[in-house]
Amino acid sequence: MLGKLDWSAIPFDQPIPLVAGAVVLVAILCVLAWVVVKGHLPYLWREWITSVDHKRIGVMYILLASVMLLRGGSDAVMMRIQQAVAYQSQGYLPPEHYNQIFSAHGTIMIFFVAMPFVIGLMNLIVPLQLGVRDVAFPTLNSVGFWLTATGALLVNVSLVVGEFARTGWLAFPPLSELSYSPGVGVDYYAWSLQISGVGTLVAGINLVTTVLKLRTRGMNYLRMPMFCWTTLASNLLIVAAFPILTATLAMLLLDRYLGFHFFTNEAGGNVMMFMNLIWAWGHPEVYILVLPAFGIFSEVVSTFSGKALFGYRSMVLATMAICVISFMVWLHHFFTMGAGPDVNAIFGIASMIIAVPTGVKIYNWLFTMYGGRIRFATPMLWSVGFMVTFIIGGLTGVLVAVPPADFMLHNSMFLVAHFHNVIIGGVLFGAFAGFEYWFPKAFGFRLDERWGKAAFWFTFLGFYVTFMPLYIVGMLGMTRRMQHYDVAAWRPWMIIAAFGMAVLTIGVICQIMQLVVSIRDREALRDRTGDPWDGRSLEWATWSPPPVFNFAFNPDVRGEDAYWEMKAHARQQSFAHEEREYEDIEMPRNSPTGFVCAFFATIMGFALIWHIWWMVILGGIGAFATFVVFAWRDHDEYVIPAEEVARIDRVNIEERRSLVSMAGSV
Amino acid sequence: MAMTATADHVHADPHHIGRVIEHPGPAPKRIVTAYGFWIFLLSDIVMFSCFFAAYAVLSGQTAGGPRGSEIFEQRNVAIETVCLLLSSFTCGMASIAADVRNRFWFYLGMAVTCVLGLIFLAIEFREFADLVARGYGPSRSAFLTAFFSLVGCHGLHVSAGILWLLTMMAQVFAKGFRADILRRMMCFALFWHALDIIWVAVFSVVYLLGSAP
Repeated sequence: MLGKLDWSAIPFDQPIPLVAGAVVLVAILCVLAWVVVKGHLPYLWREWITSVDHKRIGVMYILLASVMLLRGGSDAVMMRIQQAVAYQSQGYLPPEHYNQIFSAHGTIMIFFVAMPFVIGLMNLIVPLQLGVRDVAFPTLNSVGFWLTATGALLVNVSLVVGEFARTGWLAFPPLSELSYSPGVGVDYYAWSLQISGVGTLVAGINLVTTVLKLRTRGMNYLRMPMFCWTTLASNLLIVAAFPILTATLAMLLLDRYLGFHFFTNEAGGNVMMFMNLIWAWGHPEVYILVLPAFGIFSEVVSTFSGKALFGYRSMVLATMAICVISFMVWLHHFFTMGAGPDVNAIFGIASMIIAVPTGVKIYNWLFTMYGGRIRFATPMLWSVGFMVTFIIGGLTGVLVAVPPADFMLHNSMFLVAHFHNVIIGGVLFGAFAGFEYWFPKAFGFRLDERWGKAAFWFTFLGFYVTFMPLYIVGMLGMTRRMQHYDVAAWRPWMIIAAFGMAVLTIGVICQIMQLVVSIRDREALRDRTGDPWDGRSLEWATWSPPPVFNFAFNPDVRGEDAYWEMKAHARQQSFAHEEREYEDIEMPRNSPTGFVCAFFATIMGFALIWHIWWMVILGGIGAFATFVVFAWRDHDEYVIPAEEVARIDRVNIEERRSLVSMAGSV
Repeated sequence: MAMTATADHVHADPHHIGRVIEHPGPAPKRIVTAYGFWIFLLSDIVMFSCFFAAYAVLSGQTAGGPRGSEIFEQRNVAIETVCLLLSSFTCGMASIAADVRNRFWFYLGMAVTCVLGLIFLAIEFREFADLVARGYGPSRSAFLTAFFSLVGCHGLHVSAGILWLLTMMAQVFAKGFRADILRRMMCFALFWHALDIIWVAVFSVVYLLGSAP
């Protein structure tokens, strides 16, 4: 009846996951109870859960990423403590649990923190920057988000029901095959990634179409803000790379469920095929993550330097070059696995070449700052911190791109330090910069600068204290994923790294405090202009938070830095106001399709993991029925009448004019 | 006056590359939908290419089991191919009928497409069942694994396509040729033709190359 599921799936003998799971469950129940008792449930359902508004979906993506960051961060803290204490002893985490933790940490941080964070920011901002009212496929956008949430949910369910993979975040066979991983761990891993992968693919298709087909009048390609360009590049990579992940995991699942022989040791299966396929997705994936971050830094550096981005066209070229080259370097992830010197040399050179466009970008940011009037607000701090940190990570990257050096460093802590260096220093700093920078746009009030700066400094320093020692122990020969060790020379560095982790944790606490304090002081921090940073692109042309239709009139773009031009133009004209004819606006109607679809996907995923076949069929039928019901509806749009648009718009124009003219006269 | 004109020119073409053609604004819905669906199809083809790559890698790994030339029956494959290619034609007819709002020809075209698709699936199913019955299931060898997955993945797509086709017919029946339904019809047609293209590749790579002794 329930497949492989029975009471032994609950780890009653392991206090850590049980207590953690209980705490999370209690927290969720408390929040739910509060929501229900306070009567917020209808509001949440109407305005958020069923919302197809790209801004709301973007916010929900970022919320998901933030929650999962805490989960993945807890895993990190546990690992650092384990390695600090497990010198000539077993530490406090048994091996099978430790293995689950590092696998879950990697999986969560990449798929359920970094991905939703950048996709959330792209969702939130790109339509605004393009001057349009929504993304190309609003309901699909909601489906994509909720499927990602389903994946995250399944990973968390594995904490208390069953187990997670013990195979590392990419589940290399033959270890991940049924003969070596007979439990449900790998199935949790694979199904949650399959489901969330579909969500990501949908988001990618949506954003590519949005950037290529939905731009406001005059928004030529070479007038798009840099963030739109990097979004385009990143989502092109999603469209080209995520199907590879889907296919690869499908093959692994076929091996596990139906006894196929794609990657098995016997009957002619080929393990190296998995390596090639997974990294043909995996390497573009790191650029999927970091390109949007590059876009964020471009926006932030240009805004806070008060200058147009230096070398805009070279930046576009560098972005697209990275987009292409990122598909030609995957083999550097397994130089040591017998490809031979010629192949290794070619991929080594390709990997070094990709540093060139990245270097172009760094110089462009530096030259943008050069001669600018730099304001060191929190987003700018993250950006400068990124430049310093990312250069170090980039250099160690070029180092491991050299095959002979890689033979020494492969699978060592040096590698761990390297990719944390680029992913934290690049993607996470970028995500935080974007979070601080666009928060006022999303919510209508700025974040507290004091806590923000504290968060930056603790995170920045904590990062160095944590990860520089890992470079050193890597040089000293420590391999990754060690549950315990006997080498005395590593010990002090592991203790320093654990101390660094404590500093990083303070950074996270500061960030939470920043949110709390800012929400408390939101009236004082209110952004009444819609343009708190003196911004340059169109998202600042509307007010904060933007109305559901984004712009009363789709703006006309006449050059780069569209909003900057508009402001200059408005000052010249001394704010002569031309009253324009308002028109009705059609907006897509909210729809529970995404949520319902994800509900059935969750059921189906869980049933597949536990081999509960009747439930799989039920979930499948439910998902299909959801689509048919959605396809059957007659009204997918509603109209906001012109008077309503005018009313909302006039209030804003008045407020903004008074503020801008005050600023202009000073 | 002259000054402003120059300034405007600089705006439009800051790098003096040539005349800038102003972007006209967001594309109409039909274009957006079709474009998005094309991108989906591209991603689907990328997924298929992984299965093709796996087939190319594993096709020699018969592990003592049969080789392609021993199990492929060219007559059946030929019938399958004819069915699928014909179904693309009838699907095209249905699209034209939808464009001119002709219900009769639309239903007829879709129905014939459906029947041809079902024949294709039936033959494929029989081929699979026959192989499994002879002990040549996908667990027999890596070659058979890759064969079943690649051809089966296409078969699954065709099955999904038939489900979609029936839903499309029901939609036209219930709602008529509304703009959004016509857009869906266009996507369906793109999907069906794409499956045809993939089948041509399957036919060449798997059955033609594999039949060589």
